[in-house]
Amino acid sequence: MSILRKLSTNKVALFGLIVLVFLVLVAIFGPYLYETSPWKMVNRPFLPPMENTDLMLGTDTMGRDVLAGLVYGARISLLVGLISTMIALLIGVPLGATAGYFGGWIDEALMRFTEIFQTVPSFALAIVIVAIFEPSVYSITIAIALVSWPPVARLVRGEFLALRNQEYVLAARLNGQTNRNIILREILPNTLSPIIVMASLMVATAILLESALSFLGLGDPEIMSWGYMIGAARTVIRQAWWLSFFPGVAIAITVLALNLVGEGLNEALNPKLSGKRES
Amino acid sequence: MNPVLKVEDLSIRLPVGADRPYAVNKLSYSLYPGEILCVVGESGSGKSMTANAVMGLLPKAIQVDKGAIIFDGKDLISLEEKRARDLRGNRISMIFQEPMTALNPLMRVEDQIGEVFLIHSNLSKQQRKARTLELLKDVGLPDPEKAMRVYPHQLSGGQRQRVMIAMALALEPSILIADEPTTALDVTTQAQILHLIKELQRKHGTAVMFITHDFGVVAEIADRVVVMQYGDMVEIGSREQVLNQPQHPYTKKLIAAVPPLSAPDREIEDRAGQKPALSVKSLCKTYVSPGGWFKPARTVHAAQDVSFDLYRGETLGLVGESGSGKSTVSRCIVRLLDADSGEILLGGSAIQDLDHKALVPFRKQIQMVFQDPYASLNPRKTVGRIIADGPIAQGVPVAEAMDRARELLKLVELPETALERYPHEFSGGQRQRVGIARALAHNPQVLVADEAISALDVSVQAQILELIDTLKKKLNLAVLFVVHDLRVAAQVCDRVIVMQHGKIVEAGDTKAVFEDPQHTYTQNLIASIPGADWRSEHQPTAVGQPA
Repeated sequence: MSILRKLSTNKVALFGLIVLVFLVLVAIFGPYLYETSPWKMVNRPFLPPMENTDLMLGTDTMGRDVLAGLVYGARISLLVGLISTMIALLIGVPLGATAGYFGGWIDEALMRFTEIFQTVPSFALAIVIVAIFEPSVYSITIAIALVSWPPVARLVRGEFLALRNQEYVLAARLNGQTNRNIILREILPNTLSPIIVMASLMVATAILLESALSFLGLGDPEIMSWGYMIGAARTVIRQAWWLSFFPGVAIAITVLALNLVGEGLNEALNPKLSGKRES
Repeated sequence: MNPVLKVEDLSIRLPVGADRPYAVNKLSYSLYPGEILCVVGESGSGKSMTANAVMGLLPKAIQVDKGAIIFDGKDLISLEEKRARDLRGNRISMIFQEPMTALNPLMRVEDQIGEVFLIHSNLSKQQRKARTLELLKDVGLPDPEKAMRVYPHQLSGGQRQRVMIAMALALEPSILIADEPTTALDVTTQAQILHLIKELQRKHGTAVMFITHDFGVVAEIADRVVVMQYGDMVEIGSREQVLNQPQHPYTKKLIAAVPPLSAPDREIEDRAGQKPALSVKSLCKTYVSPGGWFKPARTVHAAQDVSFDLYRGETLGLVGESGSGKSTVSRCIVRLLDADSGEILLGGSAIQDLDHKALVPFRKQIQMVFQDPYASLNPRKTVGRIIADGPIAQGVPVAEAMDRARELLKLVELPETALERYPHEFSGGQRQRVGIARALAHNPQVLVADEAISALDVSVQAQILELIDTLKKKLNLAVLFVVHDLRVAAQVCDRVIVMQHGKIVEAGDTKAVFEDPQHTYTQNLIASIPGADWRSEHQPTAVGQPA
């Protein structure tokens, strides 16, 4: 893969990628290797970090293991981020492609529809959606997807508008190819790079949104997540700083790694835009 | 006489991974006061590199390896950046190819030119204004008073280039570097700009370094000529020497590839009994840009009452300048655009009103070769799929379509191995061959070539023209050749149609039109071709002529 090779020459992006791979491994295998349940009371409450070698990050208000919370929370954060982004792409890409390719009234109608979503503050909309349904992993994922597809649709529409009059697309029309074929085979593959870059950054935003929702108590009550941990610890932040600090750092590192990889992808896929190469 | 600029043993290194180690290699030549030195070469020959080195405009990744550029007794390369800049700013100026991007779109003409004085002189505001007006008069802008107050987008391409020249000459420089200044312009405008540069150069005694790829322009304007190939200077000499007695084989090859202006004799077939493959009747197309609150609606008649017939086995040229409507007509014919009225008869069937589905069987009969070899092939598809996808879409089995693609590659003289490769691995000329193969995949009767060679170097142009001509004979195609280059039209077309402002102003056999143009516009067009006197007689060359 030439993209990976290009990415590996960019040290900052490579660092982000390594961190990300580590986080993914933790999310997948962590719960098997670190078997302490994050819900189980293992010691006295408010045990500071580094005092007990079994509980390196200490315990929370109910004596639960903070490290276990982080390990189990990684899974939910990454999963919600990835799946909500995928759903957002599934809504945004076809919508933007249709609007950009056909233009005219189809474009007008679809873009006005997109604007309805854009005019409502996305976080408020996400809260409303989660509140209407029962707070659960599913409703949270769907809520995040529903508020994050409009930028995708606009991006894809812009790319399609620019590419639909390229000569190779005209040649495909002259060849008698169907519109579906032209959209899927001729234009879409050429819009992938900006979509990939945007998707990597959307995962980061989705993770932040999920944390924010959990912080407000709208998370899935069955599942341990980083946002929930911070939310639960906010009342005792002066007595037990570590309860909000460690999940906060976890969120920050994940988002940072995703952003670094996104930037790196951007440079690898659009060398002209990044300004690093001059010819 | 002492040279104003002396390039000594100049080598400019390209970054690692480029196709050759040096952009220019051990280059030495001099520019004398009051002369026009043309630097000619094909794309990638390094002809612009020296000029960029003189102006300090080399990209960061490209370094001067050794050598010197002596100006005014000082070496511009080794000189400290700030002092070199002072030296250049006052005494050397440059005009670029694309006048739209070289002018700041947010500044009025007056302010752009005035800025030059503001930086480099201590004239008062009144004096600056007076000098600017004088300059605009000098470069022959109509109504200079009004031109002072307009923004660049309100000027035409030629007028913008005049403003650029006015700016470049503002400080009476000793050297003017012109990097393809007329390439983006129409032929009649080009003739005016060349004339202007020559006139101003005589008047001020400026030394001009003129970079171009066009030997016609060289014949028109040069005193001396430098020929570049792959970063090497292969020939230097006076215009007469280089153009009429070229020594180096590369120069000979380049000059041989320039089509002579006169049309060769052709057998004129009597087509009275034949049915035309394509017949266009009273085609009209009007573009309307809707007006806003403060601007009136604008209508452009891109095609007005255009009618012609095209027979199998002939090449019909559609010539005209930009905005003449020739591209609109060709796109209406292949139904990429919908005509407002008129009839398009393809093999006797009217196709102008058919919808997407009904059109599919007719798509096979008429195909198009596009202008830009870089934009006309999907970068994410293999060459094999690019050629075969058309027939596959029409229901041909994949294996059969791929076999056919293999044959087509042979037909356009590309190796079979190209099938599995991607477009970026090919040169411009090779890509254009793929484009032709794709157009031929359906066995069309009519081939529309929309400026199919305009983006190619002259030697590659000759090969592609030859290929199209051979294919035309082999497959008995009817070819509609849309072209702005009259030299090319003279060589390849059996008949030509001249268009202006969406109307056909003249039509006839190529030889008749070129030798005895009837319409004043045609006369003007032919007179504007650069280097018309040079190589006007017809010589037998390898450029796609019928035997």
